[in-house]
Amino acid sequence: MIAFLLKRTANAAFVMLAVALLAFVIFRFFGDPVEMMVNEQATLQDRVELRERLGLNDSFVVQYTRFVTNAVQGDFGISYRNQQDVMVLIKDRFPATFELVLVATVISLVVGIPAGVITAVYRDSRLANILQLSSIVGVSLPSFVVGILLILAFSVSLGWLPAFGRGETVDIGWWSSGLLTPSGRAALILPAISLSTFQVTLVMRLVRAEMLETLRADYIKFARARGVPTARVQWRHALRNCLMPVITLTGMQIGNLIAFALVTETVFQWPGMGMLFIQAVTFVDIPVMAAYLMIVSFIFVVLNTLVDITYAWVDPRLRDDTARANG
Amino acid sequence: MKLRHLLLATAAVAAFTGTAQAENVLKWGANRDIGSLDPYSFGDSFTINVLNHVYEGLVRYNKDLKIEPALAESWEILEDQITWRFKLREGVTFHNGNPFTAEDVVASLTRVSHETSPLKGNLPAYVSSKVVDELTVDITLNGTYPLLLNDLTNIHIFDNEWMTENDALMPTDVGAGTEGYATYNANGTGPFIVESRQPDAKTVFVVNPDWWDEPQHNLDKIELTPVNSAATRVAALLSGEISFTNDAPVQDLPRLVAAPNVEVLEGVDLRTVMIGFPFRDTLTTGEANPFVEKSVREALYKAIDLDLIHQKVMRGKSRNAGATIAPPIPGYTEALDTLPEFDPEASKALLAEAGVAEGLEFEFNCLSDGLVNEEQFCQAIASMWSRIGLSPKLDVAPRAVQSPKRTNGKTDVYTLGWATLPLLDSYSPLLQIFHSKDGNAGVFNWGGWSYPELDALIDAAGSELDLEARLALQTEALGIVKDEMIMIPLHQQPMAWAVTEDVADMPLFPDAKPRLWFAQMGSDS
Repeated sequence: MIAFLLKRTANAAFVMLAVALLAFVIFRFFGDPVEMMVNEQATLQDRVELRERLGLNDSFVVQYTRFVTNAVQGDFGISYRNQQDVMVLIKDRFPATFELVLVATVISLVVGIPAGVITAVYRDSRLANILQLSSIVGVSLPSFVVGILLILAFSVSLGWLPAFGRGETVDIGWWSSGLLTPSGRAALILPAISLSTFQVTLVMRLVRAEMLETLRADYIKFARARGVPTARVQWRHALRNCLMPVITLTGMQIGNLIAFALVTETVFQWPGMGMLFIQAVTFVDIPVMAAYLMIVSFIFVVLNTLVDITYAWVDPRLRDDTARANG
Repeated sequence: MKLRHLLLATAAVAAFTGTAQAENVLKWGANRDIGSLDPYSFGDSFTINVLNHVYEGLVRYNKDLKIEPALAESWEILEDQITWRFKLREGVTFHNGNPFTAEDVVASLTRVSHETSPLKGNLPAYVSSKVVDELTVDITLNGTYPLLLNDLTNIHIFDNEWMTENDALMPTDVGAGTEGYATYNANGTGPFIVESRQPDAKTVFVVNPDWWDEPQHNLDKIELTPVNSAATRVAALLSGEISFTNDAPVQDLPRLVAAPNVEVLEGVDLRTVMIGFPFRDTLTTGEANPFVEKSVREALYKAIDLDLIHQKVMRGKSRNAGATIAPPIPGYTEALDTLPEFDPEASKALLAEAGVAEGLEFEFNCLSDGLVNEEQFCQAIASMWSRIGLSPKLDVAPRAVQSPKRTNGKTDVYTLGWATLPLLDSYSPLLQIFHSKDGNAGVFNWGGWSYPELDALIDAAGSELDLEARLALQTEALGIVKDEMIMIPLHQQPMAWAVTEDVADMPLFPDAKPRLWFAQMGSDS
């Protein structure tokens, strides 16, 4: 287990270095931050001096080395635009994104798994057809369109839910939670649904495919022959064996959701990390962009590792192996 | 005049509403958030404009955009002609209760003109300032300079004691990697006090009950919430979650006009949209540059169908411009504003006469996040130029990408919008665009032209203290710009704000700056 973790850490460090390198390669195509920082009346000399002070005239290698050296010590610098410590900026935004992604993931599992089972078990029934059809819609609609449609329906026409923002939040230490207030929960509903539409259909289709496969397996037939109730066979024996890929997928997709939440966050003005990143891109705020990319890649790496561990926990064969190896 | 009409309306509403029972909260949905609470931290006019509700300058613009006393009550130019003496207003206090004195002015001017300040260009003539007595300040300039007051409208005054206590006397320096207290906290003299701020979510301002001036607004609170997505902003306005936006998307105006609870305020911005030409020896393609010839610039000018752009691209909301400044800007005359004749045949003849080869390739640099409908009018103009036998290559990208190309001469023809802010004077484009490149002059002279007689007029205007004489010089200079077609003006672009029925009066300013200390709320009950 220790060797496994060490290997993982080395991998992670390598991935992060590569991400930082790629990030620095693309930053030069984003434009010149100085042009965004000074106002119209600044002279050419002011601009040159500012560029020099920010170290933008240094060579690529020098800038990259400086960034990595500082990043290793947890120092990502100061945002050009907000003049705030980048880590603080991201730390303040992380809870918003995380809660959104968490709720979207829960929705995708709670809706997606039963829907998948139903479409597999009651194939060709009317309900299954409706679910299948709506899953096509869910897969094909881009999430910003879903977001705008939800806003039009539930905010403008019905007036039930807020169109943007996060509502009131409660601070628990450095974590600001919107889950504890009524307005925070109301504000979470539309963005979470919008973010989860794609995810729901993905889970549903995966569960359906796996179920169809599993239901044909011999042990299901034996279970039925033994007289185990059909529902129990379907929802317990068959479903449990379908969940492995679902867990993998969900784990991987949490990373994706965090990364792609920026579309949902832009539509709903959700004050999360994606929003921060989008603005950083507009203003060529290099410290924020660099830190965001590093943190998102870090999350990806951590999730991958966690998925591997969860695998071991769910699948008894893997668990036995690791138990023996450690024992 | 629309402004005057609104002024009367304000007075009438103020007279009839009396004391309101409920709290008047103006929910302002802007298209972006302010960068920080420190107006000197980033060269961003939106941040400065919003923070003007909290911080004030020595002078300010009134409802008619004329300069009037604010924190300074009066001023005079001393005998040496380069020192200005300001008498400060008595009895003004900062939000933390500290009295406003001459020390505060000196500390603020020192801070904004510090070498790490991104805003030091806003005080181009400033040399030093000193305290004369508690309520008198002398500001020394590098020469006779007529526009100090215009500059000072945008220089916010901080509290010296507060900055000293919190180690905020210097502007924050990103290069040094330190944060500043003023980034998170604000302490001004203005009509509103910052109550709380959550970046990208909400910034709350409450009314300052001890403001030195008689309030012309009836707001108790302003909630500034950025809503970047245009569609969401429109939805929030329709559902009443925001009551005001200073950026109503042009494409959604018909829908907002049709909504029963929303009122759209439309006007023409001061920003004049222009096209600039390269004056270097060669184009980016390496070919000889024909644009140095006036007849070639004229050919391109005559090939543009301004009416078509006005009707189709700008949906009839823009104002076709013949001058490089808008009518309300001092220095404007009607003679400068004559429109060219649309005549593609004449253009072709001019090009042939100048020996421009058929199919001449050049880059046409436009922004995707710049002016109103910029991408569309650039496409339209590019095809109009193709029709007279040229091959413009349209290059559209965000500002951050295009700016370096423009400033380094890595492109040919380009667009530029200029609103003359914050000076609100024609000296602004003359110095910054049309003057030869020299120190703080000609920073936006991207084409790299140089007209000595024009520079002489601008320099003369820049040290002429008599208003009439100065404006005459500036008008003459603008005449040269027009005759030589250094840049060709297209139009003044439209602007649109929108309010819900909760807002009784919201004066629209052509400099596109919301001044909520003139806003009136009130239900019509």
